This record gives sequence, structure tokens and C-alpha cells, in this order.
Amino acid sequence: MSTVLSCHEVRKAFGATVVLRDLSLDVAEHEVVVLIGASGSGKSTLLRCVNLLETVDDGTIHLDGADITDPRANADHVRQRIGIVFQAFNLFPHMTVLDNVTLAPRRVHRVPRPEAETRALALLERVGLAGKATEYPDRLSGGQQQRAAIVRALVNSPRLLLLDEVTSALDPELVGEVLALIRDLKDEGMTMLIATHEMGFARRVADRVCFLDAGVILEQGPPDQVLDAPSQPRTRQFLQRLATP
Amino acid sequence: MDHPSTGSPSALDGDPYRPSDLQLGRVAYRRRQTVRSVIVAAVSTLVLGLILAVAITGSPGWPRVQDSFLDPQVAAKSFVPVLRGLWLNIRLLFFCAIGALALGLTVAIGRTLRPALFFPLRALAALYTYVFRGAPLIVVLYLFAFGIPGLRLTGTPSVLVLGGCALVITYGAYLAEVFRAGIESVHPSQRAAARSLGLTYGQTMRHVVLPQALRRVAPPILNDLVALQKDVGLISLAGPIDAIRAAQIQTAGSFNFTPYVVAGALFVLLAAPLIAVTDWLTLRAARRQSSVGTA
Repeated sequence: MSTVLSCHEVRKAFGATVVLRDLSLDVAEHEVVVLIGASGSGKSTLLRCVNLLETVDDGTIHLDGADITDPRANADHVRQRIGIVFQAFNLFPHMTVLDNVTLAPRRVHRVPRPEAETRALALLERVGLAGKATEYPDRLSGGQQQRAAIVRALVNSPRLLLLDEVTSALDPELVGEVLALIRDLKDEGMTMLIATHEMGFARRVADRVCFLDAGVILEQGPPDQVLDAPSQPRTRQFLQRLATP
Repeated sequence: MDHPSTGSPSALDGDPYRPSDLQLGRVAYRRRQTVRSVIVAAVSTLVLGLILAVAITGSPGWPRVQDSFLDPQVAAKSFVPVLRGLWLNIRLLFFCAIGALALGLTVAIGRTLRPALFFPLRALAALYTYVFRGAPLIVVLYLFAFGIPGLRLTGTPSVLVLGGCALVITYGAYLAEVFRAGIESVHPSQRAAARSLGLTYGQTMRHVVLPQALRRVAPPILNDLVALQKDVGLISLAGPIDAIRAAQIQTAGSFNFTPYVVAGALFVLLAAPLIAVTDWLTLRAARRQSSVGTA
């Protein structure tokens, strides 16, 4: 299996706060890596660095063997191969769901509108949103908006999908429908890097769980090992606090 | 507020709901209150109108003011020349509005460009909005209409065009700041979402940021255009015969100020549709605010 994403000693600081401390992480093709850790541990920042929404302060990130942290790399081309889904959905409120999904194919990949819409409708159909294609995002529930955002990220057929706490803004009833969709994607072989607070979800979807603390991966391994028998006291403490709020 | 249906029995056959006596009492009370407030509003308006009418028409100078400002004969005689002048204002407004909108939007986008290459452009745009929001329109108008021809360059356009340029440059500075406020009001997460899909800076601006920004600033932009349509009359200071200038000429012939009142009334009529559209858009935006949550 080839390596899709390779982060090597990535460092990122905001002012005096060091968020990522020489962090290294590889994600193989078809692998699903789940990042867990407290707020501020660097999960979101790592995802934003991979998608070049933040510039790393040191270290390298390779996507399919190409260095994307090279300032000469074309950020637009890199982003076309990576999909990202945000905690707050970030759908474009002035466009219908269908236009949200087809914007990138039409404008970036120059796909003719009818072709882009056929493909988008097929994807929306799959996530049960075909009936909402002509609605504006504010007419959709949170779960529907997040599924639409996932479809928007998928329509470019990305090599890698980044999910940044995609269920944190949803009420518990709606979390299930989004998580089911992500499990389907895993079964289809999508390579994913996921930041989440949902331990049950991490257990079911992850090939590997990484526990981030203060900008480093403190511990990683198969989900049952990290979540049930953590070797680090800090991991144990974090998981205990989640179990007994 | 008042739902008349609350007083009537439910339309649903299966629902045996009948409002309680308590609810019927509340509905009746609210209805009485509504009637009362309508009567109070009508009476107070009437009283205020009467007081004003009596105070103005009863003032010692009223007959003379009426003669020199509201003479029907002078009004009828000056109506056509003033109206002909107004046609110039309308044409000028049309071109100035387009020019100021285009200039304002360009400057606003220029001020948001981050790459170092555009530093001079950004600095120039900032300087422009500082200077021309501060400079009085009349001064700019005089400098353009009389200063530029004074240079005696060949191909200097007419005073009308130069005056129009002064209006465009002054209003462009105000509109630029309104546009910029709109662009910056679009949440950064929207840009992040667009860029992460692979859209370039320009594509993000055009398809994601500007459509949202323009929708938000449409009411204040239209408000500035209402102000522009009024200030277009200042062109008369530079010489062209617009509605104000025509009124001035008429006044000079009759020693009666009624033509100015005629011109003023025509300006108000001209502004009315634009003001109505602005109010409607503002109202619609306010209503939408509740449904459109996080941008």
C-alpha cells in the first residue's frame, strides 16, 4: 500500500503558542486515521496545515510523494486533490445545495454544467439529499447540511478526505446519519484523516487512532489498544474524563 | 400580532378545541386596544397638522412667502424649462451612478488584495478613499470643472463631463468603503471553504465572497445613490443647464423663487422610486436576517 500523506516533523505556532511540535504522521492508501485529544491539542491545526489553509513553520508534508509545503507548490492544485469538511459545514448560503456541490467541478475542473449536475445529483441521491438539491442551505437541518458539505468535498474525487469534528455542531439525533455516511466511505476505500471527539465513532471507523497532546502524537495504534488499554497515563486521564463528565 | 383565528373554533374536524373564556377575553381586549391606538394616532396626526397649518399660514410674513415661493403662474411657466433641465440630471445620474459603482467596487477589491505586488495599488486605494471622503464635493467640482480646462491641454472634455468625473470620484470613495465593509463582513470560513475546494483567489472572490457581500450592502449602496441623485444638481454650479440652473435662470427673469420649489419637488419625485426600493430591500434583508444564521 502506498503512502498518501506523509507529515514529517511538522511545527506550527501561533505567536508564542506552539500548536504542533515536530509532529510526524503517515497515512497509507485506504487507511482511516482518527485524531483524538483535548481541545487545543492541535488536531484541527494539523488538518488545516495539510490543506494549506495554514502555512507550517517547519517540517514537510508530502501528498503522494510531492512536497506540498514547498512554497513553489501550487496550493490550488494541491487543494483540488484534498477534500475537507468543517465543523460548521461552511456551505455557501447564497447558493442552492446543487450549486454548492457543482461549484468546484464547474469552475475549477471546467466540467460542463449538465455533466457536473448529473454527477452531483447521483452523489446527493446516495446520501438521501436528492430531494433537497434545489433548496438553500438554511432550509436544511444540521445533519443534512453536513451531508451536503461532505458531498461537496467528495465531488472532486479527492485522494484524501479531511474531516474536522464534523459532528460537533450537530445534536445527538443527527450525528448518526453523518457517521453512517462516513462509515460507507470507509467501506469504499476512501483515505481519511479525521479529527473527532466521538470515541464510539473512532472505535468503529478507525484503522489507527492517534492521541494528540500538546502538539505531539503521544500514543497511536489500533482503536481497541489506544482506547481500551492506553499505555500513556495522559491518554488514560483524557479517556477517563470523557467517560465520566 | 393579533390572530383573528384564535377567536374562532378550530377548522379541524377531529379537534374539538374551543378557546377558553380566558382566551376569548384576551382576544377581545387586544382588539379593543388596536381600535384605540388607531383612533389615538389619527387624532394626534390631525391635531399636529392643524397646528402647523395655522402657525404657518397665520404668520405675519406668510402672504409674501406664498407669493415668492408658491406662485402657481410662475410654477406653470417654469415647469417645462425646469423639466427639460431635469432630463440632463437624469442622464448625468445614470452615467455617474454606473461610474461611481464601478470605481467603488474596483477600489474596494484593490484594498483587499494581500500579495506584496499590489502594495502600491492598495496604498493608492487607501489614499484615495481618505482624500475624497474628506474633500467637499463643491471644491472637487470646481477643481475639475475650472481647474482642468485651465491647464489648456488639447482634448479636454466638456465641463459637463468634468463635473460628472468629480461626482464619480467623490461618490466612488464612499461606495468603495461600503463595498469593502461588505467584503470584509463575509466570514473567513467561507473563503476557507472555497479555497479548500481548489478555487483560486479570484474565483473565490467572484463566486463566493462578492455575491454575499453585495447582497448585504445593497441597502446602504442604494442609499448613497439617492444622495448622489440629489448632488447631481450641484453640477449647475459649473454652468451646464440642469434643473437647478434652469430654475435659477427662471428666477432671474421673474424675481420669484417658485421655480426652485418646482425643481425641488421634481427631485423629490425622482428620488421616490429609488428610496422605495431601498426601504423594501432593507426590510427584506432584516426579515432574512432571522433565517440566515451562521454565514
